[in-house]
Amino acid sequence: MALTLMKGSEAIAEAAIRAGARYFFGYPITPQTEIPEYMSERMPEVGGCFLQAESEVAAINMIYGAAGTGARALTSSSSPGVSLKQEGISYCAGAQLPCVILNVMRGGPGLGNIQASQGDYFQAVKGGGNGDYHLLTYAPASVQEAIDIMMFAFDKAEKYRIPVLFLADGIIAQMMEPVEMPEMVDFKIDPEKKPWACTGWKPGDDPAKRGVINSIYIDTESLSEHNAVLQACYKEVVANEQMWEEYNLEGAEFVITAFGTVARIAKSAIGELKEEGINVGLVRPITVWPFPYDAVKKAASAEGVKAVLDVELNEGQMLEDVKLAVNGAKDVDFFGHLGSEMPTTEEIKAKIISMKEGK
Amino acid sequence: MSVVFEKTQYLTDKQFHYCPGCNHGIIHRLVAEVIDEMNLDGKVIGVAPVGCSVFAYDYFNCDMYEAAHGRAPAVATGVKRVVGNDTMVFTYQGDGDLASIGTAEIVHAAHRGEKIVTIFVNNAIYGMTGGQMAPTTLVGQKTTTSPKGRDEAWCGAPIRVSEMLATIPGSYYIERVAVNNTANIIKAKKAIAKAFRYQKEGKGFCLIEVLSTCPTNWGLSPVEAMKWLEENMIPYYPLGVYKDKEAK
Repeated sequence: MALTLMKGSEAIAEAAIRAGARYFFGYPITPQTEIPEYMSERMPEVGGCFLQAESEVAAINMIYGAAGTGARALTSSSSPGVSLKQEGISYCAGAQLPCVILNVMRGGPGLGNIQASQGDYFQAVKGGGNGDYHLLTYAPASVQEAIDIMMFAFDKAEKYRIPVLFLADGIIAQMMEPVEMPEMVDFKIDPEKKPWACTGWKPGDDPAKRGVINSIYIDTESLSEHNAVLQACYKEVVANEQMWEEYNLEGAEFVITAFGTVARIAKSAIGELKEEGINVGLVRPITVWPFPYDAVKKAASAEGVKAVLDVELNEGQMLEDVKLAVNGAKDVDFFGHLGSEMPTTEEIKAKIISMKEGK
Repeated sequence: MSVVFEKTQYLTDKQFHYCPGCNHGIIHRLVAEVIDEMNLDGKVIGVAPVGCSVFAYDYFNCDMYEAAHGRAPAVATGVKRVVGNDTMVFTYQGDGDLASIGTAEIVHAAHRGEKIVTIFVNNAIYGMTGGQMAPTTLVGQKTTTSPKGRDEAWCGAPIRVSEMLATIPGSYYIERVAVNNTANIIKAKKAIAKAFRYQKEGKGFCLIEVLSTCPTNWGLSPVEAMKWLEENMIPYYPLGVYKDKEAK
């Protein structure tokens, strides 16, 4: 298949449509506004619905409404807007509604700036909204990878009845890359496959099949039972859905951990360090929840690895998961930037060299 | 013996949790009867957010959503955009919900002309949380957060939702009713039926505001509460049609 040069945001939007999404609700915010713009043009062409909501709060609640009918719905936003969505995301998680949410991360806290950032890692994987829940969270490192993940994201969301979050930094959405766009998936709402959805129950039908989209369980016993169902689902996700990339780990002296665009820069640094005789490996989590603890642990524990370096475009958020994974087996150092200035190849090289020299 | 009255099949057999004298029971019945009489064959979906009616999914015998506080119009928008004109979509919201935390969602559902019906139950107080001041609480009315009575200079005068929404170009039909006597109950049912008929015809956003009592949190008996509603609420919130595009 021929490669097409596409901007990340538009490629991700087109992939969502090809994956069967027909309902998009969103609100303009830089650096992801190209996604709603693309959807406003494209959705009517495929018989879908684009609607500009009055706020991110409303947009995620429109997703809650559409997803409850069994349709494939998605919303996108950037950091401050994703903060506004957290209430609705928690409701989607509580009501077990499959849907896809895109966060094109920008600098924070507060209004921050409009450049790329990875500052929403904690929000994505450690909470965000209220309650004991998780989102199946993917952190793509290229436009093609974002497309490929989007093509199965709704399947995963529906399999586990869990919201899926894309945690992409602004670079992924803003850069152009040659990509291969998959064929359109033929998706139709199937009440048999989604017996929980609101698809037209009437009095006299089996009461157990009435659609009730709900996250309130007022007595302690029923809430406890409901949460046990959610936790059992999360266990399945942890067991089956971890994704990560390993790069140049054989004989590595140091292991770098990084996700998203930062991992690509780390790869360039690894290439240059190799030429200088320093062998460095990389573990790149593709799912940041579930976090690939065992993969990071295995890489860090390997004989010959002196230390681990976590690199992020924040002040060290995934660092906590890396430390939990390594669990004291090796030293874990950190290099990161605040203010959305992307760490450079030279900086990562210099950090590794200083670690080697024991500085 | 012939049967002259039967409970509508669009209400479940679950016992209401509502307090004695609360009007939710009457309003639930009217909405369910209207749905029943439309012979929708299951093509109806309700959305009830946080508030006293948060358990409405247990009472309305159709597909139902429980929604976040104030967000029902946005949820209903998402539903309606999928199911289209064939399926009736309604929200059932209180005044603490709709007139306070949910103002953005209700204003923009009206603004877009969303083809949904909103049943807005206004009892001038937050019921579920135990009687706090709402945007609809009358001046001088005592609540747990306005213990000396609502002070207009401090927190404004109560908001009139029907009048406000009637000014929005996208709203199609707005009427305020009460269920304080038989004649008004009949009028209320007619208004609800008209709103659902307009939705079926794909007309636009319809809202029926129903004035309601809250004997528990008003600190009155059910009979006294009805009298208080007639003497205090109806004069401030006059009953009537605020907008009906078809009537023009």
